Amino acid sequence: MITVDSLTRRYAGFTAVDNVSFTAQPGRVTGFLGPNGAGKSTTMRVMVGLTVPSSGTATINGARFADLPNPGLEVGVLLDASAQHAGRTGREILGVAADTMGLPRTRVDEMLELVSLTQTEAKRRVRNYSLGMRQRLGIATALLGDPRVLILDEPANGLDPAGIRWMRDLLRGYANQGGTVLLSSHLLHEIEVIADDLVVIGNGRIVASGTKEELLAAAGTLARSTSPRDLAHALEQAGIPSTLAGDGSVRTDADPARVGAVALAAGIPLTELRSAEGAGLEDMFLSLTADTQREGVAA
Amino acid sequence: MTATTVTPTSSTDITASVPVRRPDRSISTARLIKVELRKMFDTRSGFWMLVSIGVLSVVATGAVIIFAPDEVVTYDSFATAIGFPMSVILPMIAILGVTSEWSQRSGLTTFTLVPSRGRVIGAKAIATFLVGVVSMGVAFAVGALGNLAGSALAGVDTVWDISLATAPQIVLGNLVGMAIGFTLGVVLRNSAAAIVGYFVVSLVLPGILALLAGVRSWFADLQPWIDWNYTQVELFEGGTDTAREWAMLGSTTAIWIALPLVVGLLFLRRSEVK
Repeated sequence: MITVDSLTRRYAGFTAVDNVSFTAQPGRVTGFLGPNGAGKSTTMRVMVGLTVPSSGTATINGARFADLPNPGLEVGVLLDASAQHAGRTGREILGVAADTMGLPRTRVDEMLELVSLTQTEAKRRVRNYSLGMRQRLGIATALLGDPRVLILDEPANGLDPAGIRWMRDLLRGYANQGGTVLLSSHLLHEIEVIADDLVVIGNGRIVASGTKEELLAAAGTLARSTSPRDLAHALEQAGIPSTLAGDGSVRTDADPARVGAVALAAGIPLTELRSAEGAGLEDMFLSLTADTQREGVAA
Repeated sequence: MTATTVTPTSSTDITASVPVRRPDRSISTARLIKVELRKMFDTRSGFWMLVSIGVLSVVATGAVIIFAPDEVVTYDSFATAIGFPMSVILPMIAILGVTSEWSQRSGLTTFTLVPSRGRVIGAKAIATFLVGVVSMGVAFAVGALGNLAGSALAGVDTVWDISLATAPQIVLGNLVGMAIGFTLGVVLRNSAAAIVGYFVVSLVLPGILALLAGVRSWFADLQPWIDWNYTQVELFEGGTDTAREWAMLGSTTAIWIALPLVVGLLFLRRSEVK
């Protein structure tokens, strides 16, 4: 379990992380979302002791990261796949990490196989790696010590579609076995598929957190009908504000049960009725972080 | 998403990473030193640094054999010839051992695996010291072989004109150079800046201080106490004998190594690793 309590990190002139508190539970994948520069990476760096907080604490299973006797065996960390010595081979990077943790060298080969880096690729220097290969190497380093907690910053970045699916299955399986997974990503659809809990951060502050179901339920309902105008009209009559989208769908903040009841009463046949999940996370993300978006997007 | 054409990237069982609670095995200092030694030479630049120590020792030895007049084919000539490239490369090894963690950003991994940065830097210092002592041992050995071969080729008596008291001073002199490099690495935490810094304090600074000593007599008396190059050259020449001379060495070491190292470490421990 990762516990972040009232964490604040100030730099000269601005506050990168402002009184952030949340927990990432074991057995669950927690998605950490936010626009560029919202403070995700700073928060993650504080968790693993690379950045000293101005105030507040971050603990892993109740202990400060710096107090863990051999952190690699308890927490797998991937903050930046490109942060490796370019002149070292992939295999050597894993070898050095395994030596530091006191693990046998056989573990290196196991990890190379797990992340699908071939022996030939592992002998090349990291300078010649693509971003996707570096990402795989970074994941291998994180998993090397067989930790129970994973902290991953943008792990899907640079991976090919097969790699993204593999990563998703890996993290899902990991959480199902009781592991704690905290991952940040800009790939909202990816987060939506894999995350159980969400923490949304904007301008250094938490703007929303909770289970994915709670947060997306709040994002409303999407309904389709053969006569969308009638549906929108019926909803308006029932006092439910709705918007008619260009693709013929009707979106509203009300929950699906209510929309269904209104349609039934009005005798309008529905062709689709669901929580507005498809675009829900994106909408939610943009509306929650609207004040903090660089582009000033209005949701 | 339809992924009909996608082949699984891994046939490995995903459950390979089962989270299991194990007894914590803490990281011993001996293990850290071993890892840091390994990291000094497992990169391309590190490898060539190591090779160049061996190659330049042999080249310098060869040059003395070929070019030196017969009367100076002595152990001292060989040691001096080998000593020059050593005194340049060893500090570079010391600098890069520290700064690559920042310039190459490998510190992100290093300091998450070992959060105590003081321990990591300590292990680097010991590894650097070991490299210095072993390299000097190699240099003396190559020089001795060169002296034997050179005197035989020139048909002169083999002259061993470095005393057992002088040799440790030469080693210490090189260790001082490495310590200066190491200190610059800790303070600047940037490869390029630290290397430039090293050449400034080892090539530019002595000239300025010598000039100052030449025009201001009060400074001439003070120079041996604050000019680390001065005390290092004394070591290379085996001239640090009296308590006063050792005190001068202690003074320059405090000013150029101990003090900046302590301040640098304080900053390093709290600095942000990005």
